[in-house]
Amino acid sequence: MKYLDEYRDGVVAAKIVDEIRRTQTKPWVLMEVCGGQTHSIVKHGIDHLLPEGIELVHGPGCPVCVTPLEMIDKAHAIAQRPDVIFCSFGDMLRVPGSDGDLFTIKSRGGDVRIVYSPLDCLKIARANPDKKVVFFAIGFETTAPANAMLVYRAQKEGVKNVSILVSHVMVPPSIASILQSPLNRVQGFLGPGHVCAVMGYREYEPLSARFKVPIVITGFEPLDILQGTLMTIRQLEQGRAVVENEYSRILNRDGNVPAQKLVASVFEIADRKWRGIGIIPKSGYKLRWEFREHDAEKLFDVKEIDTKEPEVCISGKILRGIKKPHDCPVFGTICTPQQPLGATMVSAEGACAAYYAYGRHLEKHRETTQHTEVASLAGGAA
Amino acid sequence: MCLAIPGKVVEAFDQRGMRMAKVQFGGIVREACLEYVPETQVGDYVLVHVGFAISRIDEEEAARTYQALSELNQLTELESPVVEEIEPEKIEPGKGQR
Repeated sequence: MKYLDEYRDGVVAAKIVDEIRRTQTKPWVLMEVCGGQTHSIVKHGIDHLLPEGIELVHGPGCPVCVTPLEMIDKAHAIAQRPDVIFCSFGDMLRVPGSDGDLFTIKSRGGDVRIVYSPLDCLKIARANPDKKVVFFAIGFETTAPANAMLVYRAQKEGVKNVSILVSHVMVPPSIASILQSPLNRVQGFLGPGHVCAVMGYREYEPLSARFKVPIVITGFEPLDILQGTLMTIRQLEQGRAVVENEYSRILNRDGNVPAQKLVASVFEIADRKWRGIGIIPKSGYKLRWEFREHDAEKLFDVKEIDTKEPEVCISGKILRGIKKPHDCPVFGTICTPQQPLGATMVSAEGACAAYYAYGRHLEKHRETTQHTEVASLAGGAA
Repeated sequence: MCLAIPGKVVEAFDQRGMRMAKVQFGGIVREACLEYVPETQVGDYVLVHVGFAISRIDEEEAARTYQALSELNQLTELESPVVEEIEPEKIEPGKGQR
């Protein structure tokens, strides 16, 4: 397969890295906002291939990570009920809440099921008319069309015993939130490819213009990430700040319009809490009033659940690119993927868990942000 | 779970008025909803996220993306249990499906 070789070719990677080296005259801090990209960067050591002074920091792009702890506790409270069949994507099952995880609840007799597609919940609900089927609807814009379709079909087909526990977030408001912080270090963004396959990239254009920051929509393969980095560095060095599309073989400016339409008909934009970060205004979805009969938060008495995170965890700063995993005193010691203390350790797509999975907690050379903070100031804010 | 997985549409069918397909991912075949890419035909390659096709792609891109996802261990969702449709008249009252 010609393209396969092309995209995995170390010679091509070296050429792009050389081009980045030739282009770069100053230090720059770039952030990716896609858990798949984070995982790929750490697995392939892409950040270590880049010239000195180009730092990759890892944004809030992992949907499992940014789901608030209190939402996980709400899920657990609902899943424990004998009248409920609680359905979830597999990767939410091992995320610990205040008292165990969904596997714990299953082992205590709770009816917890892993589903592949949200539409599976319709089949389960029709087969179990005496049970309430609740789906844990988490994720970014990529997942929203699937979850919207579940609710739309449930309403249309009159399947009343289906509801969703919504914890849906959107990428552009998180980028705005990062750039608005007085502590911000990020000067350019690698935009999330598969999110933009659904949403297109129109909405990133006002963001790029307002904050004068380059945003390059990028795939998750190693050469995509290197190419996206080169395109971002070129813009920064030339003093430009626009949205560019590195991933044009997958997506265009408009995205998937039918999916966007259904999402807009089922969900409306709402303030959302992000694990580690806190509330970001207008940063996610809630169900529209017309679909309130399928809103698990309204159907079950879980509104009062409010859980505090351990104070030692610095995941909020990591998600905003202000700190790196090695800046944390408990990274890889007290806090591990088996016993995660916060957002960036709960899923393999989180920065801390990815660093841990690929042995970076053992490295003698500990990458902290300290050496680049000065460089970043010298480079000036974008 | 934030990445979509490419597969080949091997069969298209109607399910309660919804356009659905059987999509082959390596050795695994799973159902996917085609409502968001209505122009899709049997033989096309699509990017599928949690049971929904979100865009059509070419064969070479599909092969490369699949390989890259495999290396990142991002294909495990394909192994989630298959939920079979049970006709309501076959359900005994108070029993339900497990």
